[in-house]
Amino acid sequence: MLRLSKVNKYYQVGTHSLHVLRDVDFEVADGEFVAIMGASGSGKSTLLNILGILDDYDSGEYWLGDTVINKLSESKAASYRNRFIGFVFQSFNLLPFKTALENVALPLYYQGVTRRKRNQIAAQYLERVGLRDWADHLPSEMSGGQKQRVAIARALIGKPRLILADEPTGALDSETSKQIMDLLSEINATGITVLIVTHDPEVASRTQRTIRLRDGKVVNALEASASHPGIAAAVP
Amino acid sequence: MAVAALKLLAGLVALAGVLAILAALIVLAIALLRMLGITLVQWRDLLSVDRWQEVLVTIGRNRLRTFLTTVSVAWGIFVLVFLLGLGRGLDHGMRQNFARDATNGVWINASKTSVASGGYDVGRRIMFENSDYQRARKTKGVEFMSAEHFIGGQRWMSLMTKYGAKANAFELDAVYEETIRLQSHVITQGSFLSAADIAQSRKSAVIGKTVADFLFEGKPPIGEWITVGSTAFQVVGVFTDPGGAEEERRIYIPVSTAQLAFNGGEKLGQLQMTLGQAGPAEAQAIIDDIVGQLAERHNFDPTDKQAVRVHNNIAQFERFKQMFWMISTFVIVIGLGTLAAGVVGVSNIMMIAVKERTKEIGVRKALGATPYSIVFMIIQEAVFLTGVAGLLGLSAGVGVLELLGRLDNEFIVNPNIDLGMGLGAAVFLVVAGALAGYFPARAAARVNPIHALRDQ
Repeated sequence: MLRLSKVNKYYQVGTHSLHVLRDVDFEVADGEFVAIMGASGSGKSTLLNILGILDDYDSGEYWLGDTVINKLSESKAASYRNRFIGFVFQSFNLLPFKTALENVALPLYYQGVTRRKRNQIAAQYLERVGLRDWADHLPSEMSGGQKQRVAIARALIGKPRLILADEPTGALDSETSKQIMDLLSEINATGITVLIVTHDPEVASRTQRTIRLRDGKVVNALEASASHPGIAAAVP
Repeated sequence: MAVAALKLLAGLVALAGVLAILAALIVLAIALLRMLGITLVQWRDLLSVDRWQEVLVTIGRNRLRTFLTTVSVAWGIFVLVFLLGLGRGLDHGMRQNFARDATNGVWINASKTSVASGGYDVGRRIMFENSDYQRARKTKGVEFMSAEHFIGGQRWMSLMTKYGAKANAFELDAVYEETIRLQSHVITQGSFLSAADIAQSRKSAVIGKTVADFLFEGKPPIGEWITVGSTAFQVVGVFTDPGGAEEERRIYIPVSTAQLAFNGGEKLGQLQMTLGQAGPAEAQAIIDDIVGQLAERHNFDPTDKQAVRVHNNIAQFERFKQMFWMISTFVIVIGLGTLAAGVVGVSNIMMIAVKERTKEIGVRKALGATPYSIVFMIIQEAVFLTGVAGLLGLSAGVGVLELLGRLDNEFIVNPNIDLGMGLGAAVFLVVAGALAGYFPARAAARVNPIHALRDQ
């Protein structure tokens, strides 16, 4: 599905550059359900942006399917995002002046699908996330859980092969979080690869595999636990 | 030295100004071309119901701001249309005022010398004669030629005119037949004086409508005999004049008859001619030629501006045309300036709107919006806002011009803008709106989705 080999990313901060990602190497197979964990400042947001083709990297290779994603033009990047990737954000990022249905239909607008057709498809996806009756409501009239469901429907409507979720439960209570994770699991069960960036071990535990980041490097489970003396002590 | 330095400085400043305007125009032209290209890619957005809904929602979200923008653009267009229309009204007014006399007419009046010449002292009275008329008539470049005899030596001579019991004083003009070519009179009955009238010194008279109305009170005047002074004349024609009743208080009689009846010898007070299509320079050459002939025959200095007084409508008309050209240019510059201020206002407000919508633009980009699509979205809004505001201003301007036209003022005639100008204004508005949107749209296209989505 996707593969990163020796990906490096620097940020220019004033006169010196910050090495945010250091030789990041990992692979995600088709249909996997993976969590990327790390403390804040570990580089996981940057990694997510690179995976989502929202940001460039400085060296290494990022393969999405059988294409190397590197220094794409903005239009090309937009087209890849539109066709391959669905985004789910912590703060939902629904457009406040559009109804649930119109929000879900938006990616199809950028594919040039006719209004009738895309509203028809959007209704199907809303039904799939259990919000058929909320189609004509504005985001401001919905709960956090409902908004995230709308966002997930919107991420799915372009038939992506990859869902990138950035702290999808960060703004939700534990019960709603559980429901959203159930939904993401269901989606994964249909064969779509799901990648979740989170710092919540509960969320990570619902996935099949966890990739840990520390100081811009992928670390294995043992190294990661070394940063938590309590847990380290428990390991012989 | 100082003056030279100052001149150099002024020249440099002017050059810098011209270069700056040129650079601005090039930037604007490039912006327009790029927007045209983007439109070709994104034209589908123009037909999208969703997109127009979005435009309306965005515009409706900040009503005060929308209102202020609308007012500034509408005002700009209003001022432009109003001033353009007013300029045209003044131009029409000038042309109508000029139309009273031939715009290519030249009048030469005999007067007193102010330069000693040919052994004569200054202050000598010059008087033209019939032979001067004959000779000037053959001068190259002269189209129509006529002359007037001043009855009793008076330029404007009024004589008591009687018909039956009615009597009143009217201006009496003793002229050759082609005087009609220099006037804007319209013959409504009969005809003007003919060459035969002059050759045979007939007692024919052509009277203005005011004269006819007064003397005949509705009876047909042609063929009737009127008494002018103590001489009887037969009415052969009646004329009207766009200049109104004042111009119609005249009676024309043959120059030869007047010279006989009023003891005028061969004297002429004024030569009258039209010069065809001659331009100002040609006209001056023809006039110099004729004045030269007159100077030779009457022994005055041809450079003496007092001996004969020339009234040259060609030069006059040219001066007026130039003046009105300057007025219209001035008016257009002011109008465009006002409009430019409005457009900059729209641009400013769109810029703020883009800043406020950073997050929305970020979301759209994450969902697959291309930079072109974002740019076109902002431009579409700007054009729509400018277009609606402009149409309001255009309607207001046309309305006010319509009211102004009804005032019936002789200096402002038919102040309007034609269809071409209206269409031009519409195109101009779209272009202005697109330019207003261009820079904010570029800012929007540069929105970094990462940063946009990060701020909560």
